[in-house]
Amino acid sequence: MPLLETRKLTAFYGDFQALYGIDASLDAGETIAIIGANGAGKSTFLKAIAGLVPGSADSVLLDGTPIGARPASDIVKLGIALVPEGRRLFPSLTVEENLLIGGHGRKAPGPWTLDRVYSLFPILRERRSSAPPTLSGGQQQMAAIGRALMSNPRVLLCDEISLGLAPIIIADIYAALPQIKAEGTSVVLVEQDIVQAMKVADRVYCFQEGRLSLSGRPRELTREQIHRAYFGS
Amino acid sequence: MTGWLDALIQGVLLGGLYALFAAGLSLIFGVMRLVNLAHGDLIVLAAFAVLVVAGKLGLDPFVAVLIALPILFVIGFALQYVLLNRTLGRDLLPPPLLVTFGLSIIIQNGLLQIFSADSQRLRSGAIETASVSLGGGIAVGVVPLLTLLSAISVIVLLNLIFYRTPIGRAFRATSDDLEVAQLMGIDIRRIFALAMGLAFVVITIAALYLGLRANFDPTIGPARLLYAFEAVIIGGLGSFWGTLAGGIVLGLAQTIGAHIDPEWQILAGHLAFLVVLVLRPRGLFPRAQD
Amino acid sequence: MMDHAAAKPTQEFRLETAGRSPRAAAVAAIVILLALVLLPVVVGRNLIQDLIFLFYMLALAQCWNLLAGYAGLISVGQQAFVGLGGYLLFALTLLGGINPLLAIPIAGVVSALFALPTALIVFRLRGAYFAIGTWVVAEVYRLVFAQFKPLGGGTGTSLTPSVTSSVPGIEWVKTLLDLRTPAARDIISYWAALALMAATLAFVYGVLRSRRGLALGAIRDHEAAAAGLGVDIYRIKLAVYVATAAMTGMIGALIYLQKARISPDAAFSVLDWTAYVMFIVVIGGIGTMEGPIIGAIIFYLMQRYFADFGASYLVLLGALGILVMLFAPRGIWGLVSERHGLTLFPTRRRLIIHAQDSKRS
Repeated sequence: MPLLETRKLTAFYGDFQALYGIDASLDAGETIAIIGANGAGKSTFLKAIAGLVPGSADSVLLDGTPIGARPASDIVKLGIALVPEGRRLFPSLTVEENLLIGGHGRKAPGPWTLDRVYSLFPILRERRSSAPPTLSGGQQQMAAIGRALMSNPRVLLCDEISLGLAPIIIADIYAALPQIKAEGTSVVLVEQDIVQAMKVADRVYCFQEGRLSLSGRPRELTREQIHRAYFGS
Repeated sequence: MTGWLDALIQGVLLGGLYALFAAGLSLIFGVMRLVNLAHGDLIVLAAFAVLVVAGKLGLDPFVAVLIALPILFVIGFALQYVLLNRTLGRDLLPPPLLVTFGLSIIIQNGLLQIFSADSQRLRSGAIETASVSLGGGIAVGVVPLLTLLSAISVIVLLNLIFYRTPIGRAFRATSDDLEVAQLMGIDIRRIFALAMGLAFVVITIAALYLGLRANFDPTIGPARLLYAFEAVIIGGLGSFWGTLAGGIVLGLAQTIGAHIDPEWQILAGHLAFLVVLVLRPRGLFPRAQD
Repeated sequence: MMDHAAAKPTQEFRLETAGRSPRAAAVAAIVILLALVLLPVVVGRNLIQDLIFLFYMLALAQCWNLLAGYAGLISVGQQAFVGLGGYLLFALTLLGGINPLLAIPIAGVVSALFALPTALIVFRLRGAYFAIGTWVVAEVYRLVFAQFKPLGGGTGTSLTPSVTSSVPGIEWVKTLLDLRTPAARDIISYWAALALMAATLAFVYGVLRSRRGLALGAIRDHEAAAAGLGVDIYRIKLAVYVATAAMTGMIGALIYLQKARISPDAAFSVLDWTAYVMFIVVIGGIGTMEGPIIGAIIFYLMQRYFADFGASYLVLLGALGILVMLFAPRGIWGLVSERHGLTLFPTRRRLIIHAQDSKRS
């Protein structure tokens, strides 16, 4: 049974339909990349799983249990953590407090403690008492990932973690991914940077205008296929 | 000269009372961006609660308030959870402004119906008229001094809660970003209710000193709301110490105005507020961001 | 040879503001207006006085609704302009010797002049803080007028008989309907109130149907989006604030001409001129023109039958207001119009698209 599954997942913002019935799955230990143009619905997909966008109960299943109608504060307690687009650290909290609040929803003990996060991203230990706006983009992204890890998630959802960052910083952040996977976390990455996404993903989904246009293993997909799935014909 | 010095001292002490009024308002707005138009009436409600507890159990108000505090915490928690939470969040909901205004009308008139319009006072015996000497021939009333000291203590305590406890962390996170706070597993409805409960505790302390210092009746709520609001704006949003400063500035404006002409006391306060609003719209001590 | 390129249809767009039955509604409005004008001939003085109350509360409600329901400026301080208008009327007639009916529009203009600097101050605040700021301003007005000895200071004053009998038309009504001066004066007040109410309705309707009105509708529906589209929010809000202040001032002048007695606490009462007005708009339906009409009628009936219960009645009003806000946020008119798709004052725009095939030559 897949760890996480979506069935005919639809999503609306008021009258506007953003997702038209997405069927996708994630097996334990997998890393999935989601690519697609702006506005294709990738972020909405993650938000729907995380409980920020309302949906029907059966549209999202965790270990076979329907969780689609649960609120966001429940979802994180069930073990799904979202690193939101744009990082969105809490400006009134220091870096360390941001990490600590990430653990607010943690129910069970697990590998990710404050120390463990600091050893994953040593720069955060140095800047632990700083206010988030004083950090660089890359440091903020590390803090946001660390914050999500503090809840000891089984599934880590990452929304555009490379956005606005220089390639060398992106490489730094992606270098942390193997350690995250080694602790048993499954990862879903929404990425604009297709090259980076294909490098780390076991499987790829491509979204186009709210629908799945392609899925498969990176090695098996041709450039033409991806191009067509991304942009449409 | 002593007249002016006296006005200054009284102004600072009065500021303590206004800071107490304002602290609850500041707390609620800080955490949930809610401005409670019934705030002043809730202070009056709490004063009546202390009055009733003191009367029925034959207790001194200072003791009665200790019993009233947990009761009012629960009332505040319930009010938020059951009623006010329905007004927060997304756009299509009724504005909390109108709902709390309706609440204000209900509380005022409910109190009128139960207690009539008679003036009331919290009686504590000798302490009401006691005074303490500050040296140099200057004496201040014990109750006003206690009010100021309580205001300072409340603000120290609130800062402690907000900046050194996990729940305070949750308050600040919720205030910063409602959506992401939920992603942390924070139950927004519960946090809001806790914040309101805490605000009710502060309101009750303010009510104690309101009732000790002067007469009160069901209709004086709105004026207290205005003072609380003015203190918050003068001090600047986002800082409890700012609220204390705002209260003191307002108190000073009023007592100085009263010194010039007793009928100008309240007007002087309002004018000081408007001046600050025109010259320093963000207040005198606003927080760095937003 | 076949020419495939010419077969694409072109589209024609047209903007329409008319509702489903505008002509019928317009005729009905004229008939109702005529009936109301002629009413004093057949009804007694009590009903006339009640209707004066209904008319000016409705007018105040339309103003508050324009401010809050359309421009998003929820004000808890409109009593400032009611009281200002009232005091201006007293000042102009008692101290200035100006004819009472003429004093009404003058009061409106002066209120607008006061509203401008007031707005510049309170517009520095947003949302709920704006609301309380308007309340503070109203309190300042109250306290200042309480110091103004020529008009009675804190205890207020009354209009002299020479002023009240100098209202134009009294003699004509007295002879026409065989009434005494006080009743005749009430009828003149009634017509003035009717005129003011009709003018307010016409003004609000006219604004909402104009291009500015389109902007207001956009602000009402989604302010951030409207700003993004280039709508000058600040200027529009300022204009609406000043305009409603002028109208509210005139209404205040009329109210106190009719009451003939003024005091600071009454003229600047939050309960009478804001709480009740809010209740009317909320119960009837905020953000619509029809809502306040329904709300005013309901409120009038409630005042008539329940006001004697004093504090309990007010508790009831408050509770009713909250319940409506929670469970029927669009008010009674909202419930009715959603069910039947009715509009009495059509102000929404509809986009009509005609598809045409282009002709092949």
